[in-house]
Amino acid sequence: MNGAGFIRRLVALVRKETRQMLRDRSNLAVGLVLPVVLILLFGYGLSFDVKHAPVAVVLEDGSPQAREVLSGLQGSPYLAPVWTTSMPEAEQRMRAGEVDAIVRVPEDFSRKLAAGQAQVQLLLNGVDSNTASAVEGYVDGAIATWAQRQADRTGGKADVGSVQVVQRMWFNEASTSTWYLVPGLIVLVMTLIGAFLTSLLIAREWERGTLESLFVTPVRPLELVLAKLVPYLGVGAIDLAFCLLAAKFLFLVPMRGSLWVIVFASLLYLTVSLLLGLFISGKTRNQFQASQVSLLTSFMPAMMLSGFVFDLRNVPLVVQVISQLLPATHFMGLIKTLFLAGDNGSLILRDCAILALYALVLTLAVRRTLRKTLD
Amino acid sequence: MPAFLAFLARIGFLCRKELLALLKEPSTRFVLFAPALLQALLFGYGATYDLTHAPYAVLDQSRGAAAAELLARVDGTGVFKREAALNSSQQIAHAIDEDGVLLVLSIPADFDSRLAAGQQAPLQVILDGRNSSTASAAAAQVGAIVAAYNQSIGGAGAVSVQRRAWYNPNLESRWNLMPALIAALSLIQTLLVAALSVSREREQGTFDQLLVTPLTPMQILIGKALPAILIGLVQSTIILLIIRFWFEIPMNGSPWLLYLGLLTFTGAAVGIGLSISALSVSMQQAMLYTFLLIMPMMLLSGLLTPVRNMPEALQIATYVNPLRFGIDLVRRVYLEGAGLREVAFDFVPMLAVAAVTLPLAAWLFRNRLS
Repeated sequence: MNGAGFIRRLVALVRKETRQMLRDRSNLAVGLVLPVVLILLFGYGLSFDVKHAPVAVVLEDGSPQAREVLSGLQGSPYLAPVWTTSMPEAEQRMRAGEVDAIVRVPEDFSRKLAAGQAQVQLLLNGVDSNTASAVEGYVDGAIATWAQRQADRTGGKADVGSVQVVQRMWFNEASTSTWYLVPGLIVLVMTLIGAFLTSLLIAREWERGTLESLFVTPVRPLELVLAKLVPYLGVGAIDLAFCLLAAKFLFLVPMRGSLWVIVFASLLYLTVSLLLGLFISGKTRNQFQASQVSLLTSFMPAMMLSGFVFDLRNVPLVVQVISQLLPATHFMGLIKTLFLAGDNGSLILRDCAILALYALVLTLAVRRTLRKTLD
Repeated sequence: MPAFLAFLARIGFLCRKELLALLKEPSTRFVLFAPALLQALLFGYGATYDLTHAPYAVLDQSRGAAAAELLARVDGTGVFKREAALNSSQQIAHAIDEDGVLLVLSIPADFDSRLAAGQQAPLQVILDGRNSSTASAAAAQVGAIVAAYNQSIGGAGAVSVQRRAWYNPNLESRWNLMPALIAALSLIQTLLVAALSVSREREQGTFDQLLVTPLTPMQILIGKALPAILIGLVQSTIILLIIRFWFEIPMNGSPWLLYLGLLTFTGAAVGIGLSISALSVSMQQAMLYTFLLIMPMMLLSGLLTPVRNMPEALQIATYVNPLRFGIDLVRRVYLEGAGLREVAFDFVPMLAVAAVTLPLAAWLFRNRLS
């Protein structure tokens, strides 16, 4: 039980684990290449922002007023109107997936407009509900703009006022999804290193019997845990640097919190994620099961249930409770706030404390799985 | 004919052995089937873009009748929950940061008097943009409420928009996401099962023994592929049943066409998995290479974000991704009730991937000995 022996054994083990990690190129492919691929995909490839959505326009009324209503559609950067001659043709195009929506101006439009009861029909392809809602909003907006202009021009109804919405988007002034996807990407990359790289480490040693040979050496379980952690912490730190550089210089996402808090919180979460991988590995003692379990318990939930793309405010209570159990959820909330809103003392303290608690509990749990017992 | 029967019998033996290896352990059985069930349920409830609960705060400086009427309409939606009434604009930051409100409606002191004078009265909407899709959805709803209000007081808006959505009348995002999961969730495990099947034998040294048996590489391929395809289809079925009967999303298309599509999709996935498997020397390598592929496949599939929003170059890259076409096919058959003629194009890339990867795997069995 002396400190010198602990350090000596730890250094020897870390060297062995590092060599083992570097020897297999697939480790580096996942550890270093995959994060870069993900950064580029997230920054350039993924976007929720609807742009140039094709919309079929059927003008059954050829009057100037009808044309004017739809000139608004042409001016919108979000919509790409496609003029079609008949309703059957437009329906055909929507069925084939060529257009997302149909705007139909019925032939009695201008006649009814004079009576103040004009109607425009909007048909949406609801399969992609997100795009459909966005297109609905843009078409509404285009028509409202026209109506506003009409009212201004005629000035006939000057006695009636109207409410005008002035919208301000805090924290994400550009209102682009890149700004919230890129901070979330850090969570995903840190999760992936843990789930993919460490989840096989102990299971492999059990399957090959090398762990049993370690039992007869003076190595203690805690030393083994630390030794398996250190090389991957290094890889994770490099990935974190990639992510931060890309966020700042490539995607120009604002970093309103302090850099050191971001780095500290990320490394803390990385540790939790690596330990979770080791725990799964030590618990299953089987590489096949470990790989399946780690993918299903850490990675998929981090992507689907952590608030990464789906807002947790909208989910039922049971799912909210489950998502609160995930370390990824706490880190996700923290990192988005740190990037987009800035330092927030109480939030930093709370989430870091939760993550630290997870790290502690998992360290003890992994140590237990490495006890020198044979079954 | 007897030669053909012997051929089939050999494949049958190998399939049986593979299935036994996969299913003999209760914990592995659990890992193969329980997660599909759990995830389908969890994601069915959790993965939603629909705004169902939007807490908001009000800064009403007018305290007039018009503002009260407008706010009553906002509350009446059932989506917006008023959490706080603020007294000054300094409190807005606190409401968004600490109390977690999604938006603040700010009504100026001269709101009523401007309306009465026939002027435009500004309603300021301040949104928490940390999740921009939720924020945009909330903004759109507020916009719709205000438009309806304007119309009711006889202001601008002589044109009303009559709307109807095909295939998904209430525009629920669950209807869009869940059918996609039939393909996406089963992909992960099917790929892993296929990828680990050969590499495990390599690691344990039994693959060399398999190669010296009378089995041809073709037979080994079929024997390895069928169990993995079977597991993939069983998983898809579990998810399909949950979507149909638990979430009660109506299915419009033919189940035969759906399964034909899933079979092609799973075949392509297994081809990729077996090729990885044949290239790897250890289970760890096989698993890591699988992960290396799964991530981009998921992201470039249209599962979470539409393919059309991607840059041109990436859209072209998605043609080698069977998941993109698998998801497209399932969505269109399930929701739109599309027939074979309408989804025929989806089969082409998937068949092409299967036609390349499956023979490649068979060739690699022989020509890559560790």
